Amino acid sequence: MPSSIPADIPGSARTQKVAVPRWSGLSLMQSELKVLFGRRRTWALLLALAAIPILIAVAVRLSSGVPSGRGPAFLDRITQNGLFVAFTAMLVSVPLFLPLTVGVVAGDTIAGEANMGTLRYLLVAPAGRVRLLLVKYAAALAFCIVAPLTVALAGAAIGAALFPVGPVTLLSGDVIQPPEAAVRMLLIAAYMAVSLAGLSAIGLFLSTLTVVPVGAMAATVVVSVVSQIADQLPQLEWLHPWLFSHYWLGFGDMLRQPVLWDSFASNALLQAGYIAVFGASAYARFTTKDVLS
Amino acid sequence: MNPGSPDPKKRYGLTIETHGLTKKFGHQVAVDGVDLAVPPGSVFGFLGPNGSGKTTTIRMLLGLASASSGTVNLLGMEMPGRFHEVLPRVGALVEGPAFYPFLSGAANLHRLDAATRHTVPATRGARVERALDQVGLAHAANKRVHAYSLGMKQRLGIANALLSHRDLLVLDEPTNGLDPQGTREVRHLVRSLAHNGTTVFVSSHLLAEVDQMCTHAAVMSNGKLVAQGSLADLRRTGSARVRLLTPDGGQARTVLAGLGLDCGAGDAQAGGETLLAALAPASGAPSTRTDASQQAGSGEILAEDIVARLVAAGVRVRGFAVERESLEDRFVALTGEGFDVAQ
Repeated sequence: MPSSIPADIPGSARTQKVAVPRWSGLSLMQSELKVLFGRRRTWALLLALAAIPILIAVAVRLSSGVPSGRGPAFLDRITQNGLFVAFTAMLVSVPLFLPLTVGVVAGDTIAGEANMGTLRYLLVAPAGRVRLLLVKYAAALAFCIVAPLTVALAGAAIGAALFPVGPVTLLSGDVIQPPEAAVRMLLIAAYMAVSLAGLSAIGLFLSTLTVVPVGAMAATVVVSVVSQIADQLPQLEWLHPWLFSHYWLGFGDMLRQPVLWDSFASNALLQAGYIAVFGASAYARFTTKDVLS
Repeated sequence: MNPGSPDPKKRYGLTIETHGLTKKFGHQVAVDGVDLAVPPGSVFGFLGPNGSGKTTTIRMLLGLASASSGTVNLLGMEMPGRFHEVLPRVGALVEGPAFYPFLSGAANLHRLDAATRHTVPATRGARVERALDQVGLAHAANKRVHAYSLGMKQRLGIANALLSHRDLLVLDEPTNGLDPQGTREVRHLVRSLAHNGTTVFVSSHLLAEVDQMCTHAAVMSNGKLVAQGSLADLRRTGSARVRLLTPDGGQARTVLAGLGLDCGAGDAQAGGETLLAALAPASGAPSTRTDASQQAGSGEILAEDIVARLVAAGVRVRGFAVERESLEDRFVALTGEGFDVAQ
């Protein structure tokens, strides 16, 4: 440490701070996205997601052919049209793989910072607890958008590389050309992003309860699994419309002509409810929490 | 003890002022009715054994933890209510450095600087560079923190506290993990910052550290503030005593008693007996062990007079000294245990 301390540290004059009290409202968001998508773990999660369509495509290519009616929906159509790799992979990743990755990211939001000790430095910066919580949730949502897109794009790319690409027959029987099929693919990705928003809010809340990020991650994933199991039990039928995973597989409506928006709207409304409840819980918890880590 | 008169240039009286600050965790009282008074421009040492409540107090000062009762004022403003006005002017190192291990040192500082809306993004790069330079980390700016040593992380933590102009620095154990060279650099840095008008609040369990860089100090023990004031004040309250080595113990006792000095049981040695007698608390020189002749003029019995009386009475004086209680003795007396106990 050089011994002479210059009196003029650039940008530090108090007059400057008074003149621009609230400079960069978005800089924390930028920084958060940079940290999230700059770290290796996020890339590993996205690569794992991208591996799903690749695995499916390679398996189908190497096998002699898929008997119709076996395996996940759309699987038997892949050899005729590579775009179905993307649809198949998205369908396959909904129950476990996407919730798993979202659980890791959402469960890490606050608990991860607390675990590293950086939470206290963000708070004394000061980031502001409400602002930090909002930024953390927004970053988790950004991951919810990127994750299904990764599956879709990797699926389309590997499908186009290994199989012919042609017109797609929709569930309603209509036939659309590949460019429109790509639009439908993006719609499904958007549907999934909305589907995962509620789970992210749950993960965010769980993340404010602990300083052990793995605990919050695991709890979030468990919650998503329990919700899906409950959705399968006929005895709990009264509960089904309230489960955040209830509409997760309803994106087939994006593959009809015209698009049926009912399940999209019901899903969005349900997820908004979960965001409100768990967002408020996270707010209540985090704004009163003693940061002792 | 008086914390010193406030600087008239400042708009607020005390830089840090707490009243009855208390923190309970369940039934355990971690901080108990602490009234801190940190005058502006001071280098304030916050002493206490490990586990005495220093870090909990600091967390409450910075709004990280809420107080069970009591109030905190930082820079004349109430905390945590006005944190968005207070904290941009406060640099802090709390309970050791903490960084994103997968980011470089510079990227970490960029991130923490971007966390608040009160910094100027245009000067961020220059400020980060300057702060890294100030703590001697310029060469490691682009290395991942993962590869940093503890001392380097500590330096980076101090750099973070120096990113903007600060009116107050709160440094919790700033020299932890630093080599002797680094410790000296931190001391120097703290002095220069104080010279430029920044109030520095340093917590430490190392007495020598506080002794060397602070103007004021407070002592915590078991969650309570047991002493507070300028370092000179704290030293002054210590008492002086006479140490006499003589083979004629009985006679010496009579002479000392005649002078109004009460000495306890002697300690027999090969060279005779060592007698200790307390002098009245004095406002003497700050050194811990002074020559007897320096004690004149403080209303005490002069040391040379004691010796003269002893010799006149036929006591063979083999050793004689006036000892002043050291700062360390004082703190050990206050906290009831040695420093560093839990380390």
